[in-house]
Amino acid sequence: MSAHTPPARLLRHRPAPARVHPATPHAPSATLAAPLRAALGALCALLPALAGADYAINLQTPATGIAHDIYDLHTTILWICAGIVVVVFVPMLIAVARHRKSLGHAPRQFHEHARLEVAWTVVPVFILIAMAWPATQTVLAMKDTSAADLTIKVTGHQWKWEYEYLGAQADENIRFISTLATPRAQIDNQAPKDESYLLAVDRPLVVPTGRKIRLVLTSSDVIHAWWIPAFGVKQDAIPGFIRDTWFRVDAAGTYRGQCAELCGVGHGFMPIVVEAVPPERFDAWRGEQKALLAASAAAAGKTYALAELKTLGEKVYAANCASCHQANGAGIPGAFPALSGSALVAGPKAGHIDRVFNGKTGTAMAAFGKQLSDLDLAAVLTYERNSWNNKTGDTVQPAEIAALRH
Amino acid sequence: MEAATTHDAPHAGPHEAHPRGLLRWLSSTNHKDIGTLYLWFSLLMFFFAGSLAMLVRAELFQPGLQIVQPEVFNQLTTMHGLIMIFGAIMPAFVGFANWQVPLMIGAPDMAFPRLNNWSFWLLPAAATLLVGSFFAPGGAAAGGWTMYPPLYIQGGIAYDMTILAIHILGVSSVMGAINIIVTILNLRAPGMTLMQMPLFVWTWLITAYLLVAVMPVLACVITMLLTDRHFGTHFFNAAGGGDPVMFQHIFWFFGHPEVYIMILPAFGIVSTILPTFARKPLFGYASMVWAVASIAFLSFIVWAHHMFTTGMPAGGQLFFMYTTMLIAVPTGVKVFNWVATLWRGSLTFETPMLFALAFICLFTIGGFSGLVLALVPVDIQLQDTYYVVAHFHYVLFSGAAMSIMGGVYYWLPKWTGHMYDERLGKLHFWLTTIAFNLTFFPMHFLGLAGMPRRIPDYALQFAQFNMVSSLGAFLLGASQLIFLIAVVKCIRGGRAAGDRPWEGADTLEWTLSSPPPYHSFATPPAIAPLHK
Repeated sequence: MSAHTPPARLLRHRPAPARVHPATPHAPSATLAAPLRAALGALCALLPALAGADYAINLQTPATGIAHDIYDLHTTILWICAGIVVVVFVPMLIAVARHRKSLGHAPRQFHEHARLEVAWTVVPVFILIAMAWPATQTVLAMKDTSAADLTIKVTGHQWKWEYEYLGAQADENIRFISTLATPRAQIDNQAPKDESYLLAVDRPLVVPTGRKIRLVLTSSDVIHAWWIPAFGVKQDAIPGFIRDTWFRVDAAGTYRGQCAELCGVGHGFMPIVVEAVPPERFDAWRGEQKALLAASAAAAGKTYALAELKTLGEKVYAANCASCHQANGAGIPGAFPALSGSALVAGPKAGHIDRVFNGKTGTAMAAFGKQLSDLDLAAVLTYERNSWNNKTGDTVQPAEIAALRH
Repeated sequence: MEAATTHDAPHAGPHEAHPRGLLRWLSSTNHKDIGTLYLWFSLLMFFFAGSLAMLVRAELFQPGLQIVQPEVFNQLTTMHGLIMIFGAIMPAFVGFANWQVPLMIGAPDMAFPRLNNWSFWLLPAAATLLVGSFFAPGGAAAGGWTMYPPLYIQGGIAYDMTILAIHILGVSSVMGAINIIVTILNLRAPGMTLMQMPLFVWTWLITAYLLVAVMPVLACVITMLLTDRHFGTHFFNAAGGGDPVMFQHIFWFFGHPEVYIMILPAFGIVSTILPTFARKPLFGYASMVWAVASIAFLSFIVWAHHMFTTGMPAGGQLFFMYTTMLIAVPTGVKVFNWVATLWRGSLTFETPMLFALAFICLFTIGGFSGLVLALVPVDIQLQDTYYVVAHFHYVLFSGAAMSIMGGVYYWLPKWTGHMYDERLGKLHFWLTTIAFNLTFFPMHFLGLAGMPRRIPDYALQFAQFNMVSSLGAFLLGASQLIFLIAVVKCIRGGRAAGDRPWEGADTLEWTLSSPPPYHSFATPPAIAPLHK
């Protein structure tokens, strides 16, 4: 389903500009003094910036009717502002240029003009009314979430998105978690950054084109905001409350956005990717997902060896735990506890499982029992118990997690 | 407006006696000394919070993480905002009020001199808590200057230090505001009616009422945050029957008037500078006063425009959109009046005038982006993006901060008795204006194209404008050192300013010597009746 419009539709720039990489081809010879080199580097960066040909300086290309309305509203108000600029700044420039003491201009001592003052109070009111009318129409359209063809529940977690397609019956629901797919090495400048740097996820939200999709949003921890600029949709996900919004995408393609409400350390690293596909492809995808869910339920019934669990657990850890506890398990002193050598992690299984499954209230430690599958939880627990300085040698099996759910 | 007819009686002898050295500053109840303390304190905080911004821009120079890790980045943005607002901008305006309000209304001092001393000396305590929180376990508060729960509930001891610091700053602000209100209402020279007061005094009178009205609201909401953190309450926790969005409503009920607390005195400074260098009276004095009052009133009924994406009912969104758009009317009146003040004047372009002219242009750009953001559908697209960052820096840097700089150049000759170095002043002005626009104008484009704010790393299509913005920011930061040099140079010496260095200045402070005597207007000046 990703074979449609290339992801570049939102990235209006040349692919992977070389100058943002550490090894830039502009790098001058090593004989140059460091400050000169820095200045040259800056100039190299500035020149194309000033040329400006391939820069996004306006809203993204709208992909929904609402986004079109927003685009038009913005353009209209920009023209109105341009008109006011002329009215205000032309007299100001004339005064600055001509009414100078150095040109011998003597000051006129007037300080009131009733009719003028009334005019520049009343005329703006009418301009504002003219502007408020189309904006009001759009607000009412944005708020109308009725008669949706498909409802998807979106839950924000620190720092990933959970999607649940609500079916006619509870067991028809498809549920999965979408996390950042950009490798850590790219963020740390140890690998070249690819085109969808920080805007790629492991599992995108798949929706049918031409259908009215209603999102109901909430959060499990702090406030997040679900935002796809090309849809004109931005809605806060608020813990303990449900909010809703909607969109209808016209063209198939990949649309990218990001969390838009500061939500902690990983705020810059929880992108949103939506794949819009034709309705018949969507139905096929939905069928595949149900089969996958059944397979994963079967997998959770098995017993695994330590090595198998550790391999899977390392991936789960990187996606869910490493932003706070760090890849080396050392945590961040004072903010996020170390797992390596932790008495809780290397101690009896029950305490460790409880902390990961139920979280710790009042801290950023989430209840992962609600987010991850039995197998993923078993794997990450096993990984933590047998990594860094922790050498318990024991495993946690999916069945032990499943037992907690009943 | 007003006109001073008599020169103040000469001052010398026992009136000048005051303790020397450190004790002078610690124990001072003199409005000029305390004003000086406020101004130096705010300059120090301006440089500290500015350094935090330099680190932020250094990290954002290129995509990828280079300088700081995300948790430190969030601390930098949070503390930059809090310290600039509560440590730099607000105390700077209180410093102006301390120096200028008594001088401009012919009062001998502030109404409550000891309260004045205490209002100032609370500030270093709060600043120590804020700056010291960087050394607390886990680092400083990192939840944004807006402190939204539940994120703010998650933090460590630094978050409590920040709450305590804001409490102290709030107490200081309220005491300062009460002092200013009582001074203006009770200590005006006989014969000076309210409508004869210089506009700067009017803007501060209204600002002080705003402070008294909303600082207690902020104190309440951060206390609720504190009890949620430590004492088992659930004001903002849905699991206990609370609502995280309620925090935002209460916070912004404080927060929007706070925006005007930081801009109304700037209007006052600009409205003082423009007539001086245009050599003609301020156009539309009465409508200026009414415009400031209406902006202050409207500021209480627009708060939820900061929260359009929280998902309020359509009726709520429309109400707050209409009220927000209405603010454009009195703001427009002010801009039109300023331009009319320039019209057919006899203009000269000393440094204060340059800052005032730049203020009109750049603040208006901030006003336009505010109008764009008032439209709910457009706001929903731009909320929490760099467009908003651009918008509030056009209002707070080229609005508040540049008016403060202009005001400093305008009154430095009066305060020190020396003329500042005009070449340094102009160099500072031009570098600041160019670097400011280089830093913040591209942020409009970044926000429109979809870059969220408060992120330590960003997608590749935002790379070029971020680099331009960072280069601008480094130049902007470096340019402020020229400001420091210009101020210090002026204090240490320079051409004698004389009583009235500005030909067009007609307010009472210019009837005094430069620097004014330690105790001025012990006998109130006589005010000529309003000439109409």
